[in-house]
Amino acid sequence: MNAPAYNFAYLDEQTKRMIRRAILKAIAIPGYQVPFASREMPMPYGWGTGGVQVTAAILGPDDVLKVIDQGSDDTTNAISIRKFFGKTAGVATTTATADATVIQTRHRIPEAPLHAGQVLVYQVPIPEPLRFLEPRETETRRMHALGEYGLMHVKLYEDIARFGHIATSYAYPVKVNARYVMDPSPTPKFDNPKMDNCPALQLFGAGREKRIYAIPPHTDVVSLDFEDHPFTRYRFDAPCALCGAGDSYLDEIVTDDKGGRMFVCSDTDYCESRQQAGHRGSESAAPHKERAHG
Amino acid sequence: MYVAVKGGERAIENAHRLLAHERRGDRDVPELSLAQIAEQLSLGVDRVMTEGSLFDRELAALAIKQARGDLIEAIFLVRAFRATLPRFGATEPVDTGTMQVRRRISSTFKDIPGGQILGPTFDYTHRLLDPQLADGFSPDEPATGEAPAMATPRVTDILGRDGLIEPSPAADADAPVADLTREPLNFPADRDLRLQNLARADEGFLLALGYSSQRGYGRNHPFAGEIRFGEVEVEFIAEDAGFAIPLGSIALTECQMVNQFKGSATEAPCFTRGYGLAFGQSERKTMSMALVDRSLRARELGEEVVAPGQDEEFVMSHSDNVQATGFVEHLKLPHYVDFQSELGLLRKLRQEFADANEAPQMQEAAE
Amino acid sequence: MTTVAELPAGFADKVLSAQSTFRSVMDAMARPGSIQRIASMAGTPDTMMRGTAAIALTLFDHDTPVWLDGRMSATANIAKWLKFHTSAPIVADSSIAGFALVGDPQSLPALDRFAFGSNEYPDRSTTLILQVESLTDGPTTELRGPGIDGTVTLRASIQPQDLFERLVINAALFPRGIDVVLVHDDAIVAIPRTTRLVRGG
Ligand SMILES: [Zn+2]
Repeated sequence: MNAPAYNFAYLDEQTKRMIRRAILKAIAIPGYQVPFASREMPMPYGWGTGGVQVTAAILGPDDVLKVIDQGSDDTTNAISIRKFFGKTAGVATTTATADATVIQTRHRIPEAPLHAGQVLVYQVPIPEPLRFLEPRETETRRMHALGEYGLMHVKLYEDIARFGHIATSYAYPVKVNARYVMDPSPTPKFDNPKMDNCPALQLFGAGREKRIYAIPPHTDVVSLDFEDHPFTRYRFDAPCALCGAGDSYLDEIVTDDKGGRMFVCSDTDYCESRQQAGHRGSESAAPHKERAHG
Repeated sequence: MYVAVKGGERAIENAHRLLAHERRGDRDVPELSLAQIAEQLSLGVDRVMTEGSLFDRELAALAIKQARGDLIEAIFLVRAFRATLPRFGATEPVDTGTMQVRRRISSTFKDIPGGQILGPTFDYTHRLLDPQLADGFSPDEPATGEAPAMATPRVTDILGRDGLIEPSPAADADAPVADLTREPLNFPADRDLRLQNLARADEGFLLALGYSSQRGYGRNHPFAGEIRFGEVEVEFIAEDAGFAIPLGSIALTECQMVNQFKGSATEAPCFTRGYGLAFGQSERKTMSMALVDRSLRARELGEEVVAPGQDEEFVMSHSDNVQATGFVEHLKLPHYVDFQSELGLLRKLRQEFADANEAPQMQEAAE
Repeated sequence: MTTVAELPAGFADKVLSAQSTFRSVMDAMARPGSIQRIASMAGTPDTMMRGTAAIALTLFDHDTPVWLDGRMSATANIAKWLKFHTSAPIVADSSIAGFALVGDPQSLPALDRFAFGSNEYPDRSTTLILQVESLTDGPTTELRGPGIDGTVTLRASIQPQDLFERLVINAALFPRGIDVVLVHDDAIVAIPRTTRLVRGG
C-alpha cells in the first residue's frame, strides 16, 4: 500500500506556487477575490481549509504561529489546526498575539493592536458579499467588474425601513480602497474598524469556494453605511467579568437555568494578559496564578 | 468564581481514542479485513473510488473501514489522499468500445451485435430478505459459456452510422482536457469540466436531479441506449518512451442515454446524447449522470433553461458531497461570536418594538 | 552550446528557499516602495540577476507563460535555464505572459503590449520583473497607495526614466493593470497597480 509522505507544511510545492501567485495578485488588487484551485485538505471544507492553505503557503521555519477560533486559542478547531502545523511544519506556536508572526483566525480579530510584519489569515466560509442577494457567480462577478453595488445598498436600506437599523451584525460588508465591496468573514461588526489602516497584512482564504483575497497594510477599509444611519459598533455594555476590560468584545456565558449570565472577553489571550497585569473583574479569582486549568 | 473551560487538547485525544474503540465494535466479533470489504462490499468500494476520483480498491476498502462504513466520509479520505499524489501525466483516452464486457444491456433495440448480456444485476431479483445469507452461505458456481467471438460495438455507434444521433465530439488527442482539481472553476463551464464534476458528484444528488428531469423539470425524453460494465485497458504515453505503455485494466460502467431529437432549418433532426461513466459497477450513478449531463447541455442545444437540473451553476456548485458535507457539518463548530452579535441586535430590536408598542398604552393609562 | 549539466544551479533547498523568497516578494508587494532582500541564492544564467533568478524559481512553473525581452533572450541560456528548473513555457507573445522578464528596461515595450486582465478577472495580468541599475541611489520618487503608511520615498536608478509616468495608466485601468517588481542584485521593490506617484524627480 502507498504510504503517504508529506511535504513541509503539508502542501506540495506546485500547489504552494499556485497559491503564492494568487496571494500576490490578491495584494495587488485589494478586496478582489482571486480564484484559485483549492485542494482537498485533510480537514473538512468549511472548517478552515482556505485559511489553512494560505497559512501553509506562507509559513516558514522561523515563523511563530497563533491560531484562534472565536477569539480563543483553546477552542477545539483552533487546537486541531495548530497541531496540524506543529506536526507538518514544525513551527513554533504561541497564544500571545504580540509574539505571533502569522495568526490564523476564525470569526475574530484580536483585541491587541497588530503590528507591521504580522500576517492575519482569515478563514472564510462565503467570500462573496453579494451572494445572499444574488446566488449566481456569473452575476456577482459582473457587479464587481462594474463596481455596481446598488443591490447591496438597497438591501441595507430595506433593513433600515423595516427595523430602523442595518440588521447585519456580523460579516458586515466593507469597501476596500474605495473600490471593491468585500466580505470580512463572519467577524462581528465590532471588529470592522480594526481592518482599516491596519499595519499588518490581512489575507483571506476560502477553500470550498476557492477564493483568496487580501487587504494590504495601511489600506482604507470602510464599513458600508448611510449618512443618516452611520455604521456603529456593537458591544454588550458591561465590563469583562474576569479582567474588567470595558473595550473588548464579550462572550455571553450562561451560568444557570434561571437567567443567570455573565460576560467575559472572547479574546482569551487579551483577557489573560490583562489578568496577569493585575486587572480584575467581578468574577475573577483573587491571585491569577491560582486559577485552575483543568 | 468562574473558570473558563480548558483542556480541549486532551478532549480531542480522548475523542479519537473513543472513536477507534467504537470503530472496532465488540472485540469478540472478528475484525473486518480489507479483502472482505473489497470482495463482499464491492459496490460500496466502487462508489468510493468513483466519487473519490481514485482507482484503488484496497485504499477505498481501507477508507470504508476507517470511516465505519460512512461512504461520504470514506470518499473524503480518498480525496484528501489523492490531492497529495504526484502527477506523472494523463493516460490515453480509454476505448469503451473494446471493453471486455461483463454486462451489457440496451433498452432501445431488442437484439444488438454482441448480444444483450444480463450479467451480475439486482434487476430481476425479488427483493425478499434472504435468511440464507445470515449465517454463511456458499453460492453455486456461476454458469459459464464460450465468450462470443463477435465484437460488441456501442449502440450509439450503430445509430451514428446512419446519422440518427449527433456525432460524439471529434476526438482530438492533443486538445487539453480541463481539470477542476487543478484549475479554479469558472462559469460557463464546458462539457469536459461538467462531466468531470458529475463523475465526482454525489450519487444521491444526481439521482434526485435525474429523477426530477424525468418528472418534467426540464424533461428531455431519455432512452437507455446502452449500459455496459466490464474491463478496459489503460495506456500511458511516457514522453521519453514515445509509445503507449499498457498500465493494466480497470473496471468501468458506461451509460449512453439517447435523448429527444433536435433539429433546425439547417440541421436534420437527430437524437442527442447524455453520457455517464464511473469506476466499477455503478449503474445508478452512470444513468443519473447521463440524465444530468443531457440536461446541462440545454444551453448548447438551444433549449430554455427552466429547471434546476439544467442550471450548471446550481448543479456544479452543489454536486460535490465532500464540499457539501463539510459546509453543512461546519455548523457544529462554535459560532459564539457571531451568535452573540446577532443576539445583541435582536434584543435591541425587540426592546425598540416593545417601547414603541408600550408608549401609546401608557399615554392612555395616564389620561 | 550549454548542456544541462553546465546550467547554473537552482535552489539548494527548494522548499525553504522558495518559501523565504516568496515572503520577500509578498512583503514587497504588501509594502510598495520598500526594499526587501532575497536571502536564498541560486545560480544565475547570463545577465539574470540573483533576485530575478530566485523569483523565477519560486513563482514560475508550467502554468505560467513567461516572456523574455531582447536582453534576456540574447542567448538561449536563460530560456534553457528557465525551462530546466521551472518548466515554464517561454512565449513570444507578451500579451499572454503571466510574467515578463526585462533585462534591458530602456527598451521596455509599451505597457499595453502586456496583459492587463479583464474587469471580471483583473488577476489575469502580466507581472513585469524589471532589472534596474540601483534601488538605493538615484532620483527620488514619492509614492502613496495601499500598503504605504502615508507616503514612501524611493531612491533608485530606473530605466525607462518615465516608468512611473507610464504606470499612470494603472489608475485609469483599475482594477485592470500591471504589477511591477524592480530587481537589483538581491534587492527588490514592488510597484503594484494600486501605487500612485505623488512626486517624481
Ligand atoms: Zn477579559
